[in-house]
Amino acid sequence: MGNVFIPIGPQHPALKEPASFRILLEGEKIIEANVRLGYNHRGVEKACEERSFLQDMYLLERVCGICSHSHSTCFLQAVEEIAGLEVPPRAQYIRTLVAELERIHSHLLWLGVAGHEVGFDSLFMYTWRDREVVMDILALLTGNRVNYGINTIGGVRRDVTPDKYPVILKAIDTLEERTKYYIQIATEEMSFIKRLAGVGRLSKEDVESMCVVGPTGRASGVARDARRDDPYAAYGDLSFKVITDDHCDVYGRAVVRVLELMETYSMVRQLLKNMPEGPITVKAPRKIPAGEAVSRYEAPRGEDLHYVRANGTEKPERVKVRAPTLANVQAVKKMLENYYLADIPIVVAAIDPCFSCTDRTVAVSRLDRGSTELMDWEALRRYSIDWYARRGVRF
Amino acid sequence: MAKEDEILQSLTKQFSALEGKIRIQRSRRMWARVEPADFASVLDYMRNKLGFVILCTITGLDEGENLGVLYHLAREDGIMLNVEVYVPKANPVVQTVTPIFPGADMYEREIVDLLGIKVEGLAPGFRYPLTDDWPAGQYPLRKDWKLDPSPKTGQTEES
Repeated sequence: MGNVFIPIGPQHPALKEPASFRILLEGEKIIEANVRLGYNHRGVEKACEERSFLQDMYLLERVCGICSHSHSTCFLQAVEEIAGLEVPPRAQYIRTLVAELERIHSHLLWLGVAGHEVGFDSLFMYTWRDREVVMDILALLTGNRVNYGINTIGGVRRDVTPDKYPVILKAIDTLEERTKYYIQIATEEMSFIKRLAGVGRLSKEDVESMCVVGPTGRASGVARDARRDDPYAAYGDLSFKVITDDHCDVYGRAVVRVLELMETYSMVRQLLKNMPEGPITVKAPRKIPAGEAVSRYEAPRGEDLHYVRANGTEKPERVKVRAPTLANVQAVKKMLENYYLADIPIVVAAIDPCFSCTDRTVAVSRLDRGSTELMDWEALRRYSIDWYARRGVRF
Repeated sequence: MAKEDEILQSLTKQFSALEGKIRIQRSRRMWARVEPADFASVLDYMRNKLGFVILCTITGLDEGENLGVLYHLAREDGIMLNVEVYVPKANPVVQTVTPIFPGADMYEREIVDLLGIKVEGLAPGFRYPLTDDWPAGQYPLRKDWKLDPSPKTGQTEES
């Protein structure tokens, strides 16, 4: 009898996103793994060539539902470099602030998913409850929970007024307290450690040869971080450590992410303490002069890279997006080999994959055309509490 | 920009054909235009002698008569050298870089699918990112490729 390949996916092999794995097994052991991606491909790069730079910013922000600020900032950095725009320091600080808040949101989300994948659902419930704290702050600063829309060519659209600083700092204190508890879980809870340790190993040599990025690479002892190596926005002014770990497995990837959260809290405090005064935007031309630039950005999942070429018109000649998952997906094959079939979800989840980023999708939500009523955040919150209260659920 | 200058000197000394083909855009950003015939040896020299150990990604470009392939290479210290290689559209062939950078597999499949660049030596595997039933010879990122807006199957807007 010849080899039989087991298809896993494309429907939700690990996360709620499509990817297809073709697995060759010997008993329960994985001998060979292949990955098929592309199910989320929507041609965003082509669409960018047919829209203006500003429209592209909004489109690229929707490449990903989580690291949306990463993509819009990464793209704008390239555009601003071509146009020779000097982004004001206050705008750089606000961009960095939102970037780090986004990292908190992403890492807490990941920790919950990791808990869920290994059957530790109370961890999932806790982290996702705590994640709401940072989501509220993001909504307070930008008006949106995701796809913040705070960026614009040449700066940011909204100022972070000093009356918001104490609210942010209080939330950071709460999150720091909670993260200490997660560090305790990650280092002391034996059922968690035993399930993750030694699973999905990836050696330092493999990380280096395959150019693996982000927390996945740092968990194998490779200290690469675009925030330090190729400083952008306000990172040059901040003091922070690049967290690494030498476990080289799923456990190490969990440890790196929870410890990175602690660095992020410190960065948020530094940003608020040293926030420069001044304008938040400079005027940008509609037509961007001909030129090209590459921008690198450390998204929560790893390095994001955008290449932009302008031709002197209001539309770009070429936009190229390389999201971190595409850089890491090769390594997943290596991580799965010689492990058990049951390890697939957690090993795949451990790179914190985002296939819509990788395939560059765009999510379209239908607008309710009948309603023109606008609700502010508080009204929406009250509405939802009342909605549940009428149905007998009290918060 | 002392380090960038050193890299420029070192490359032009080793490859006289690169004289005037390398530019320093700003600190940590360099560009070099390399002839397809020299590409393998330049890449090898950069990887092994100049410390460009990271291949960030590969970008494909449509330049009209030519197709461009941009290899975004970086060092640990953040210096990035973007190597541009142009091949004629009539016969767009490049050699795979996967023996040196195994992580480049997906990047190369992407330029195969979206721009129709042939990558010699790329191991067989799934295509990326287009569907298996994508019509042959259709390369969406080429400038002359336009999306056909007429619905071919399913419901029309009136029904």
